[in-house]
Amino acid sequence: MQRRHLLGAALAVVVAGMSGNAMAQSGEIKIGEINSYSLLPAFTEPYRKGWQLAVEEINAAGGINGKKLVVISKDDGGKPADAQTAANELVSSENVAMLTGTFLSNIGLAVSDFANQKKVFFLAAEPLTDAITWAKGNRYTFRLRPSNYMQAAMLVEQAAKLPAKKWATIAPNYEYGQSAVAVFKKLMSEKRPDIQWVDEQWPPQGKIDAGPVVQAVAAANPEAILNVTFGADLVKLVREGNTRGLFKGRSVVSFLTGEPEYLDPLKEETPEGWIVTGYPWYDIKTPEHDKFLKAYQAKYNDYPRLGSIVGYQTIKAAAAILAKANSTDPEKLIAAAEGLSMPSPFGEITFRKIDHQSTLGAFVGKTALKDGKGIMVDTAYKKGADFLPSDAEVEKLRPKD
Amino acid sequence: MAFYVVQFLTGLASAASLFLVASGLSIIFGVTRIVNFAHGAFYMLGAYVAFTLTERFSGALGFWGGIVAAALVVALVGVIVEMVLLRRIYHSPELFQLLATFGLTLMVQDLVVLIWGPDDLLGRRAPGFKGAVDFFGQNIPSYDLFLIVLSPVVLGILWLLFQRTRWGILVRAATQDRDMVAALGVNQKWLFTSVFAVGVFLAALGGALQIPRDAVHHAMDLRIIVEVFVVVVIGGLGSIIGAFVAAVLVSELNAFGILIFPKISIILVFLVMAVVLIVRPWGLFGKPEAPARRTPGLTVNPWRPLTSNERIGAVVALIAAAALPFVGGNYAMTVGSEIAIFVIFAASLHFLMAVGGLASFGHAAYFGLGAYGVAFLAKMAGLPMIVSLLLGPLLGCLGAAVFGFFCVQLSGVYFAMLTLAFAQIVWSIAFQWVAVTGGDNGILGVWPEKWAAGPASFYWLSLAIAALCVVVLRLIVFSPFGYALRATRDSPLRSEAIGINAKRMQWTAFVIAGTVAGIGGALFAYLKGSVFPDSLGISLSVDALVMVLLGGVETVSGAVIGAIVFKAANIWLVSQTDWSKLVLGGFIVLMVVAFPKGIVGTLEAIMARWRARSSAPKSRVASMEVAE
Amino acid sequence: MSEPLTLLSVEGLSKSYGGVHAVRSVSFELKAGEILALIGPNGAGKSTCFDMLNGQNIPDSGRITLLGQDTLGRKPREIWRLGVGRTFQITATFPTMTVRENVQVALVSYGNALFNFWSSAPQFAREEAGRLLDLVGMDGYAERPCGELAYGDLKRLELAVALANRPKLLLMDEPTAGMAPRERIELMRLTAKIAREQSIGVLFTEHDMDVVFEHADRILVLNRGSLIAEGTPEQVRGNPQVRAVYLGEGLVYDARHREGASA
Repeated sequence: MQRRHLLGAALAVVVAGMSGNAMAQSGEIKIGEINSYSLLPAFTEPYRKGWQLAVEEINAAGGINGKKLVVISKDDGGKPADAQTAANELVSSENVAMLTGTFLSNIGLAVSDFANQKKVFFLAAEPLTDAITWAKGNRYTFRLRPSNYMQAAMLVEQAAKLPAKKWATIAPNYEYGQSAVAVFKKLMSEKRPDIQWVDEQWPPQGKIDAGPVVQAVAAANPEAILNVTFGADLVKLVREGNTRGLFKGRSVVSFLTGEPEYLDPLKEETPEGWIVTGYPWYDIKTPEHDKFLKAYQAKYNDYPRLGSIVGYQTIKAAAAILAKANSTDPEKLIAAAEGLSMPSPFGEITFRKIDHQSTLGAFVGKTALKDGKGIMVDTAYKKGADFLPSDAEVEKLRPKD
Repeated sequence: MAFYVVQFLTGLASAASLFLVASGLSIIFGVTRIVNFAHGAFYMLGAYVAFTLTERFSGALGFWGGIVAAALVVALVGVIVEMVLLRRIYHSPELFQLLATFGLTLMVQDLVVLIWGPDDLLGRRAPGFKGAVDFFGQNIPSYDLFLIVLSPVVLGILWLLFQRTRWGILVRAATQDRDMVAALGVNQKWLFTSVFAVGVFLAALGGALQIPRDAVHHAMDLRIIVEVFVVVVIGGLGSIIGAFVAAVLVSELNAFGILIFPKISIILVFLVMAVVLIVRPWGLFGKPEAPARRTPGLTVNPWRPLTSNERIGAVVALIAAAALPFVGGNYAMTVGSEIAIFVIFAASLHFLMAVGGLASFGHAAYFGLGAYGVAFLAKMAGLPMIVSLLLGPLLGCLGAAVFGFFCVQLSGVYFAMLTLAFAQIVWSIAFQWVAVTGGDNGILGVWPEKWAAGPASFYWLSLAIAALCVVVLRLIVFSPFGYALRATRDSPLRSEAIGINAKRMQWTAFVIAGTVAGIGGALFAYLKGSVFPDSLGISLSVDALVMVLLGGVETVSGAVIGAIVFKAANIWLVSQTDWSKLVLGGFIVLMVVAFPKGIVGTLEAIMARWRARSSAPKSRVASMEVAE
Repeated sequence: MSEPLTLLSVEGLSKSYGGVHAVRSVSFELKAGEILALIGPNGAGKSTCFDMLNGQNIPDSGRITLLGQDTLGRKPREIWRLGVGRTFQITATFPTMTVRENVQVALVSYGNALFNFWSSAPQFAREEAGRLLDLVGMDGYAERPCGELAYGDLKRLELAVALANRPKLLLMDEPTAGMAPRERIELMRLTAKIAREQSIGVLFTEHDMDVVFEHADRILVLNRGSLIAEGTPEQVRGNPQVRAVYLGEGLVYDARHREGASA
């Protein structure tokens, strides 16, 4: 698909219409973008729409210091090795000023390591792993989305208020699931030393055999359950859990489930009262978000998912960094990005100097069923900055450059 | 106690869909000897079509009618696939049909997203089976009970079909001896088509029946296909009872296994398969395979070393390849390095398949072990690059020596499946043993040292090693060992009768192939600067198979061309389009139909025909002289 | 000349499958340079007997001594190493290799070069391979792919392969099955000639009585697993028991028939 060309053509029309004269080829700044478009279209399509909207807005407003912004997007097929090939093509052949994107943690880490080796600026969009800014962090890599740790901390704040003492966990058996459970357990046990962990289930990612898992958790008879599964696994788990009555009379705390990407497919089976992180786009009443929502709906005639926000803000952040640096030199980009604050649909965010993590937050609320659809209610925005460990701790976690 | 009963019943319910899909695969394999990789795709199509139909037609009739209609519709698709595609390639070399069905699978994965969109779809619950039944305080979903009853019913129907109908008797006869059925004057085309239709129907039904309890999505096929292969092999190929027992066995072991080892699911089926194959090489209910008869109509041109002209041609090609850094940019050189590495990998599998006659479905294990070997040595032991490159592949060698010992005791599809099982076990270890391997986040920072860090230097290094590996493998092909290895492939009976210990030859070949794959993996780690469990995974093993088959399994070095064509097409397509799977799958299917012997194999056949025509009069004289 | 060496000595060989005696206490000897035929109607136990001699099947009881060595429990490839060449009822050759390469593989094995990875196999024992092919009259076909050969030629090739380890004993299972009558006689004459020249003992099973009576020095007759007769062709021909067995099968073998066939 000639996405690039289509986009280029569309931009040319828009830009010509807005500013009256097309920019010269040399007056371009190129950003390379990589994501798992073919493997995870359900998540990456809204993401793509988000960043395309951002590109359009940026160029309509005169580009980056007068230069037109062009995003060259590549698919990684869900494979770290292919992501590196794509990164290489973007850097070597397309001479992009920076790399952005990625969804899966391992791909984010692979591109981050590539960026470190080749001295290229990389703004990771969606990967959640804490390693990307901490244990395996490097000076070329920044990350937008709230990390695993931050989301866990936001959930723990609510979960600790529950009376439940006996907890069970269900998480996909790979690094994301394992570290989500580990962080949650650690933070939870700090706040509530009286808690007991009575069972843990580790279904393979994407291959949950939900019946036996639900039955096994029920047999341990916990008072509360932590869920980390998502996507098709979550659907199966919820269906089996509903039928078998697993969630009846039990509190459930669940990572990411409030994101429309994961909540919407549950339709009328949406379990009620789960404490979740997510994106209640229908319930956010701030001028920044209204503006984004209107523009998005006008352009796509569809509602945004969390991916749309991430895609949109990734390119907005990239543009802000490029504009401030007024250069494509990676060192200047790093200098510009560190400590840079900018507006976002969720309010102002800052890229922390200490670990290159943005302070973009997330919404925490409860699931509910309305007109046969799952929604989040009682939502509150949690600022990312409030859910990060102290600077001293972060310094210990992050290797010295 | 009630809990264990319910857990048991839950396991039985999980077994139902596994059994439906597996029985279809088993029937198809039994009769047509096709390893139908697309079986998972038909399962997924069944679910998607059933979703559409059950959403459109309301009520109980709409639901159940929709399920059955979906299976029928997909069976019809299967018939079309069989008639248009598979019929053309029944006489192609073994496993070539696997390549075609793999291409189809790729296409279907993209097609369902194009037709039904990228989002996970939630199907309706089954009318009358929405709730749960209380069993001493435990809830059993009534739909599970329905599935538990359904699978023995399907088993019974299949049994009647095979025991009581003429068609069934023919199918059973064909499963035991294909040639006999042809000799009986049965219309083989019709038999194959109908068998394929029944198999696909069962797969689609298995998929359709999932919609009340699963999400319908575009990765469903991969989720089930490998597991189904495993079930079929554990049960014994061609045995429906075996598929049933194996499905129940695997599901029950999983249901109870997670109570003790919650992390067992990821590895369980492969452990079971490895144990079953080592103890009972033909599966629980299988019978030893009759030695494969060579497909009629296939004449193989005897292999010969390159003539001096061809040797000059190869050197010129190598020099041309080495000139790439003077014309191409950094990206071209990195892609060139990647292709060179895959030439090594494909050539190593080709050696095992073409010379040794052993088709491995888990060759990536040794590639990945080589890569992890390098990562351990470079990152943890801090050894210099040269030393790591030399020693890293030894991990691949060691893995091949251990696993190969067990694998070469088997042959044919059973060999292939045991290699797959070992590869998956290694993959699971890399994936789960986070403390050592970093889990799916891999090991980072394995970058080459300065002397090899530049794209041109690394390209030349990869090219030189690739050329060396291909030359060495060719030398081995035309060494006494190579002759004896081919002998064990051509006729186990004769080679035993001339004093050759076939298992030892094959084991040695396995170790050689594993070591060379490890060399490829070692370079790959440095090319990418990191190692992930992907490099041990099924999809990489399948890629290697595709490269070998594409090049031509009956050639000496076809994999070199196969690797270049496949990898270049793959990288280019992934870079150019989001629908790379659709295009690549279509490309593979076209290649299979157009070049049924692979690219190099077809070229050789054309050359041979041309040569024969131009020298025909001479050879006639020669044969007359001999006759006198 | 001294008494020829005893190559093979079989004593009390027995094998049964689920109560059915396939071979029952069979004993015989074979001397160097002798051509011994093992005949009998279908199901008489010839193939079972053969497979036990060859190591493909393990006897229930009895003893097989080959060149002074007990072969019980040895695999076919080990028995081959003792100096036994073997041909099969349905030829077993390497169809994707040329005629010469087929012989060379056997020579590789004989020369203990199976794990030689570096020398050039096309040059390996090329002359010896040529000599063996010459011996069976296949030298003109050396470069032909084996898969293209006519059946009679395959049989001759198999003989050359079987001779590669300079065997003391040749075991030939139905050597002329599937061949035209003229080819049969030629092949057996060739075999007999080689056997006499090189003092090789030959044991063969055969359905074609013309071949048997023309070429065998001695004949063993097997019926329902037991040896019912043994002796020279003349002795066996006159044996009423043998006649009964064969007449019962509807086979006729007399001098007239034989002459008619070979004419």
